[in-house]
Amino acid sequence: MQARESGRRGLSHYLLAGFFGLFVAFLYGPMSAIFVLSFQGPTGGLTFPMRGVSLRWFHALFSQERTGDFAGSFTRSLLLAALVLSLTVVISVLAGLAFRRRFPGSSFLFYLAVASLIMPGILVGLGIGVTFQFLDIPTAWYSSGLGAQLTWTLPFGLLIMFAVLSRFNRAYEEAGRDLGATNWQVFWLIVVPILAPGIIGVALFGFTLSYDEFARSLLTAGAQNTLPMEIWGMTTNVTSPALFALGTVTTLVSFAAIILSLGSIALIERRRTRRGSVAAGTSPAPGH
Amino acid sequence: MHPRRPIIKVSPNFAAFLQASPLLVVLLAFFGIPLLMIIGVSFFDYDGTNMVPAFQWGNYVDLFESRVTLSLYLKTVEMALSVWAITLVVGFTVSYFLAFHVRSILWQMGLFLVCTVPFWTSNIIRMISWIPFLGRNGIFNQALMGLGVTREPLEFLLFSDFAVIVAYVHLFTLFMIVPIFNSMARIDRAVIEAARDGGSGGWRILWEIIVPLSKTGIALGSIFVIAMVMGDFYVVNTMSGGHSSSVALAMYNQIAAVQYPQAAASAVVLLGIVTLMVAAILRLVDVRRELAGH
Repeated sequence: MQARESGRRGLSHYLLAGFFGLFVAFLYGPMSAIFVLSFQGPTGGLTFPMRGVSLRWFHALFSQERTGDFAGSFTRSLLLAALVLSLTVVISVLAGLAFRRRFPGSSFLFYLAVASLIMPGILVGLGIGVTFQFLDIPTAWYSSGLGAQLTWTLPFGLLIMFAVLSRFNRAYEEAGRDLGATNWQVFWLIVVPILAPGIIGVALFGFTLSYDEFARSLLTAGAQNTLPMEIWGMTTNVTSPALFALGTVTTLVSFAAIILSLGSIALIERRRTRRGSVAAGTSPAPGH
Repeated sequence: MHPRRPIIKVSPNFAAFLQASPLLVVLLAFFGIPLLMIIGVSFFDYDGTNMVPAFQWGNYVDLFESRVTLSLYLKTVEMALSVWAITLVVGFTVSYFLAFHVRSILWQMGLFLVCTVPFWTSNIIRMISWIPFLGRNGIFNQALMGLGVTREPLEFLLFSDFAVIVAYVHLFTLFMIVPIFNSMARIDRAVIEAARDGGSGGWRILWEIIVPLSKTGIALGSIFVIAMVMGDFYVVNTMSGGHSSSVALAMYNQIAAVQYPQAAASAVVLLGIVTLMVAAILRLVDVRRELAGH
């Protein structure tokens, strides 16, 4: 006997819901534990029980008392993430639009992007490291490190653009052209506003994937560490809750990025539905 | 006012090529060429401190003659397959619940978001968050002892293969959920209704309709998980506490010792194995249509 789609819910529904609940606990449980432990009292250790509550470990982070160059690596990671975000948005939006046609080499480029996406990060780092050594250029976070991260964020951006563009109705572009708009006008006044939520999504991926990237940065960031490298270094030699404080701080930055992007996407969508605007652009293309 | 005419007229296809060219340039410069460099360097010689340009198969011969290396490859593949099986079952079940048991679209999107948010946070932080959980005096052991399940803390929880698998499942199940949920969300509900009206039971619908129609999602998720486990070095290093290794970790140690030619040969073989596994999946399922939408 199985439950009907409409009406009562069978046992399987509750089993699945329970499984889902356990999965969410598995996903967030450990993270919330380190969040709590980062407020550990001054005499507390790496695990429970909490010996009081303090901000001591956050203070330790910024005073470089126990840790390495937290402030420097944090700044570098933010700058790098901003660079990766901008380049990822521009390059993948352009490429996404291009892929609506079968241009010369489109198949090759598609497979190149997919291969780049699944290439293990440490191998990307090795390849770039060796290439830079061969060319006798020193590696640095803003050159080789930047390039290494783009091999991962660009294919992601491209895939998101595919998903966004598959729901984009070209009739809006054609209508603009028929009314005499130039290519630039069509792009800035029609395409970009319609695709805005998707573009914000690409930006979110670009920022967070770069900000948290470790495997690709390890061999390409040069002499100055990015934040994830700093954290990895700390896992081996820092045995105080300062490690968790660092975890809490970087997770808050990620959360801020997520809330900012998802919030603005939600805002755009709400304004569109309120105005009942035809330019929602998400109606399926005719004959699709 | 007349619309400005472009100064140089190009065909639409060539214009599209120009639009895609920044992507092509970046991927060639930082992925294509470095990949060729790895292959080239894997044939180089090594004089004990530096790499010496040459063409010789020594690095590969050393690799295949070493028992230790071969068992390391086996262990890595075995690990990838175990993690793949677990993430597939968990990811499929979670996606199935979201797609077919959560009826309100708002709830569906909300719960899907709950599953994907950790993807945008640091892998390293998520990995080390298991340390206070699984440690000898960790939360899990304290709970077990509190409940009277064990008297002594369990030692195998942290710094073991168990901890490595837990961390992998924690980090990579998202890569299964997103594509599988995507495939499932596109399944026409009328097909399932029709099967039910025709008298098919829940399991039959699952096996004969939902699984086949989700196979592109399953394939994509599998490719991601397998490639990431095969290429991992830091999870295995941290969570096994140095007791266990992987091909990529051994390679990383060679790089740290500046033995680039050996590391490159190891990288080429690793890449060969990953490519074979991915090709096997692609032979079963055509994912291009799913990705490119045409």
